[in-house]
This record gives sequence, structure tokens and C-alpha cells, in this order.
Amino acid sequence: MATLKLKDFRKSFGKVEVIKGVDLEIGHGEFVVFVGPSGCGKSTLLRMISGLEDITSGTLEIDGRVMNDLPPKDREVAMVFQTYAIFPHMTVRENMAFGLTIARASKQEKQQKVAEAARILQMEHLLDRHPSQLSGGQRQRVAIGRAIVRNPKVFLFDEPLSNLDAALRMDMRMEIGKLHEQLDATMVYVTHDQVEAMTLADKIVVLKDGRVMQVGTPMDLYHDPGNLFVAGFLGAPSMNFLQVDVQTVEGDDAKVGNAALKPINVAHKDRLNGSGKAILGVRPQHVEAAAPGEGMLLGTVEFAERLGSETVVDMVLKDDSKFIAAFNEDKVFEPGQTVDLVFDPAQAHLFAPSDEVETVH
Amino acid sequence: MALVSAENRGLRLAARYATLTLVALVFMFPLVFMVVSSFKPDQQLLSDTSSLRAFLPVGDISLDNYYAAFRRAPIGLFMLNSVFVTVTTVLLSILLCSLAAFSFVFLEWTGRNVLLTIILATLIIPFETIAVPLLLFVSKLPWLGMEGIAWGWLNTYRVQIIPWIVDALTVFLFVQFFKDLPRELIEAARVEGASWFMIYRKIVMPLSGPVLATAAILKSLKMYNEQYLWPLIVVQDEAHRPVMVGLGYFFQLQIAWGEVMAYLTLISVPVIGFYLLMQRAFISSIASTGVKG
Repeated sequence: MATLKLKDFRKSFGKVEVIKGVDLEIGHGEFVVFVGPSGCGKSTLLRMISGLEDITSGTLEIDGRVMNDLPPKDREVAMVFQTYAIFPHMTVRENMAFGLTIARASKQEKQQKVAEAARILQMEHLLDRHPSQLSGGQRQRVAIGRAIVRNPKVFLFDEPLSNLDAALRMDMRMEIGKLHEQLDATMVYVTHDQVEAMTLADKIVVLKDGRVMQVGTPMDLYHDPGNLFVAGFLGAPSMNFLQVDVQTVEGDDAKVGNAALKPINVAHKDRLNGSGKAILGVRPQHVEAAAPGEGMLLGTVEFAERLGSETVVDMVLKDDSKFIAAFNEDKVFEPGQTVDLVFDPAQAHLFAPSDEVETVH
Repeated sequence: MALVSAENRGLRLAARYATLTLVALVFMFPLVFMVVSSFKPDQQLLSDTSSLRAFLPVGDISLDNYYAAFRRAPIGLFMLNSVFVTVTTVLLSILLCSLAAFSFVFLEWTGRNVLLTIILATLIIPFETIAVPLLLFVSKLPWLGMEGIAWGWLNTYRVQIIPWIVDALTVFLFVQFFKDLPRELIEAARVEGASWFMIYRKIVMPLSGPVLATAAILKSLKMYNEQYLWPLIVVQDEAHRPVMVGLGYFFQLQIAWGEVMAYLTLISVPVIGFYLLMQRAFISSIASTGVKG
């Protein structure tokens, strides 16, 4: 267990700055997930913590101690890689004991710690096999076992589940969650998969272009995204963004509407910039069908995806903007059909138009 | 698409085998000629060359040439010299070239790319052009031995070994192989606490089987088969002479061809044995590098 503190963290490769000043505090036993689109710098950030990449400027503290210039081996971190990175010429047992062998631990200590980690991961029967005889999930388990054995201060995971198939990914995700509870260790986890981020994290750090966009609990980020990027990045299908005109502002509320949307009152959270324009975010799941003529929006169906438990409908609004609605039941929609839509304004989010629109589908 | 009839396929297969057999025979003939001739007296050997008998062990067959060859030259000594020089050079070469390549690929230091380029550029320099400068150089080098410092390396094993340990091709083979090793394995080992030397010893080298075989094979063949000019000029005494220079004993006033063939047959035994031992690795190394020694 350990605390981690990143202060004005920066990284440049040549003249290109990829991490542009990250400040972050991670508490004892927290499970923190770095999430963001590819190229946002999340893996680089993790590698800077591990010591595999130099820190161009800023400081890294683990348990109050500055780690900037220490090599990876002296940082007491363990890392699990996307490609597993287990040593193909060693047995599972040797792989897991590698760190202890390097540290010249006694045979007894190695045996005991490997046995303990194998028990936690339920892989006692695999210890004498070679990696080539293991499946992808088992290999990743070995990599996690290797990390556990060393009892590090911080566990670092670099997209550990990306190479696994969907079913296995779900199993391993739950196991990593359980492992965190069991070990009560500080973990930093990098992923581009928002489901992993939402389900595992105590705290999510959303990154874009080397900057932190928002930090918070998964539900904070989902229910109260601080900017358009976070709003569009979390949630699937992603949030709808409507270009609206601000008609009046009264107290905490603003009255907004446009050619397709009947005027509604939405909390503005001091995000308006006085231009008279704004962007309204509405999650597809918060939309419901209304009786004909009673909707706030009128959508024309382009196509519908029936998933059994829900129906996702792509629509076009009167002002030609796209709109997605996700209905919580199995419904039939025909292309060309018009649907009246309503949503609770309290669940909608208002953003300033200067906060560039970036939706990630 | 028309189906190829069974008969047609059979014909094609036969043609292919015939071609391969022919090619194999062309390569086998000199070897067979050498071995067969080593058992024949000179007169018969020369008259047989005009017919297929040259490749058949017929006529006056005996081991006389071998007895004569052993009387003429200390063959055992020459072979021991060659094997010693070869084995020592190969082992040191693998150690030093792989360490150099490890540094070029995994460590970060200024100028490494320039240095690697310079080393690789030496591939295009033929040995003959540096033989004389190198001779002058080694003739003046000191050596700390049992009896204190001695000057000049001529007539020793070290003069046949040390200049040949590091070569651009071997470094290049290791560099290429190391570059293809998964980067994460090295990084995982670093995070686990391994020092660079430990990574070299415990991760990189154990995974380098194929390139070790390639490097060892190419270097062995070069050291045993092709070391002629250099030992000829730096070794004047018999005690350190390798097999290829030893061949000169048989080209005196009158050339005894039978003895030459006997000598060649004998000195080929270690190479052929080595080949049979390493056949698989040898073929795959040629296939993978496109290089032949």
C-alpha cells in the first residue's frame, strides 16, 4: 500500500510534448484507472510512474519519497503488460519467482510466496508448465502472479485485458476487482475500455492529448461530466449533443431550445460564455418515447438495433442533427417512422460552445 | 481450372527429383573424388581422371597415402591447432559480439547509432587490404605472460585468435535478433529488479538459441576452413600452424596428389562431423539470414 503523488508531470519526446502537466494524488489502496482514446498519453504516464520512461519535468512521489531518478527496480512497483511479457524459457513457477530470484531470496521464501500467489489466482496446478502450454488468460494470470509475489507498493496495469477475448476479459476483470479487494493494494490501471474503467475504478482519470480532462468516481464522471470530452467519452452509445440557443438565464437555470427542441430549463452550472449559444448533452438512455404531439423532440428513424434488452435507434431531428435514443425494452421501429421524444431536463447537461465538441463513438 | 492428372503429377515429381539428384551429384563429385583418390597411388589417380573411375574406389586401393601424409606433416598437431583456435575464437566472439549488440540495442548512450554504422561499414573492407598494417601492428604489441612482458605476437595462438574475435557480421546478426525480441520482456525484467547484466544473462541469452547457432556456425566455418593468408604471414613456426597452411607441405617440388587428397580428407573430418551435429541449425540459419560463411 502506498500513496502516489504526481506534480506537474511532463514528458517530451524530442520536441513533441506528450504529457502536458499532470497533477494527481492517489491514496492508499485506491484503484485508479487512466482512460482515454489512443494517443492520449495514458500508457506513457504509467510508464513514467514505473520508471521505464524518464520524467522530463515535474515530480513523482511514492509514499512521500521522490522517485524521479530511481531506476524501475528501486521504485517498488510491479507492472502487468498487455502482451503479458512472461519469460517463455521459464516455467510458471520460475516466472513468478523471478523478482525474488533477482533479489536473492531464500528458496523457502520463494516457495512460500509463489504458493500463496498461486493460491490467490487458483493456478497451483499450472506451476510447472511453460508459458507456451498456457492459454492467454492463464498467461495473464501468471503475469499478475509475478506482480503479487513481490508484494509491491503499487501495482501498475497497462491494458492487461486487451489481448483477451470478450468472455475471458469479463472474467479477468472481475478477478482483478476481487484481487484489489483481497490485497487492498494501490493499483493504477490503464485502459481504453470504458467498461473496465467504470467497473473497476475507485477513481477514473480521463486523459486527452496529455492532459487530465477530469478526475472523479465513475458515477461522478458519468452523471456529472465536467466538459464535453468526458461527457462524450463515457457511456455507450455516447451522449447526444444538441446545438442550442440560450433564451434566458434565471438563477441557476438557463432556458434553451432550438429549431428541433422545445424550450426547456436546464442547470447551467456557470458554464455559459454569454455568446447566446450552448451545447446540450442528453444521454441516449435518458430519452423516452412520448405520445404523438407531446414530445420535446421529434425524431425520424434511420435505423434501429434490437439487442433484446434494449433498442438503440439512430434518428435525425428537424434541424438535420443526428440523435441516438436507447430504449430500455425491445421495440420495433421502421426506418422513416417519426417518434416523439422526451427526457428529464434535470438529467441533461449544458456546456459552453467554446468547449469543442468531441464525441467518441 | 483443369485438374492435374495423377500421371502428370507423377511425372512432375520424377522430374523434380531428377533435377535435385543431378544438382546433389554435382556438389558431391569433388568430395567423392577427394575421398576415393586418397586411397589410390598417384599414377592410377591421374589416369583415372579421364573416366568415371575417378569417382569409384577401384584398382589399387590402399592406405599408403595416409601413412605417407602422416610422415610428411604433423597432421594431428595442425588439427589440434586449428580446433583450438576455432573453438576459442568462437566462444569469445559469441560473448563479446552479443554484449556489444546488447548495448547497441537495449542501452541508451549517445553515439551508439554512429558507432554501429561504422562497425557495419567495415563489412565492405576485404581482409587483404588490412593484412599488412595489421601484421605491423601485432608484431609490436606487448603481451603479459608467465615470464613478464613479451613484445610481438608473431608465432602464437593469440595472434590467430584475438584479431578475429569481433567482426561486424556477428555483431550485426546479434543486433538484428535482439531488435526482434519483445521489448516488454526486457521492461518486465527491469521492473522486476533485474540489472542490465542480469537481463543479458537470464533473459536475452537464453532466448537467443537460433542466433547463437547461426553465429557459432558461420564463425567456426570461417575460422577452420578459411584461415589461410593470416596464419601464413604471422605464424612461421610449426608448433602453432593451422591445417590450411599445413597444406603447403604437400606442394613441394613434386606434388604427391594422393597424399594431398588423404590430407584433405583427414582435415575435412571435423568439419563434416560438426556439420552433421549442427545440420538442422545450420540449414535454418542459412534460411533465416541468407548468409553463408
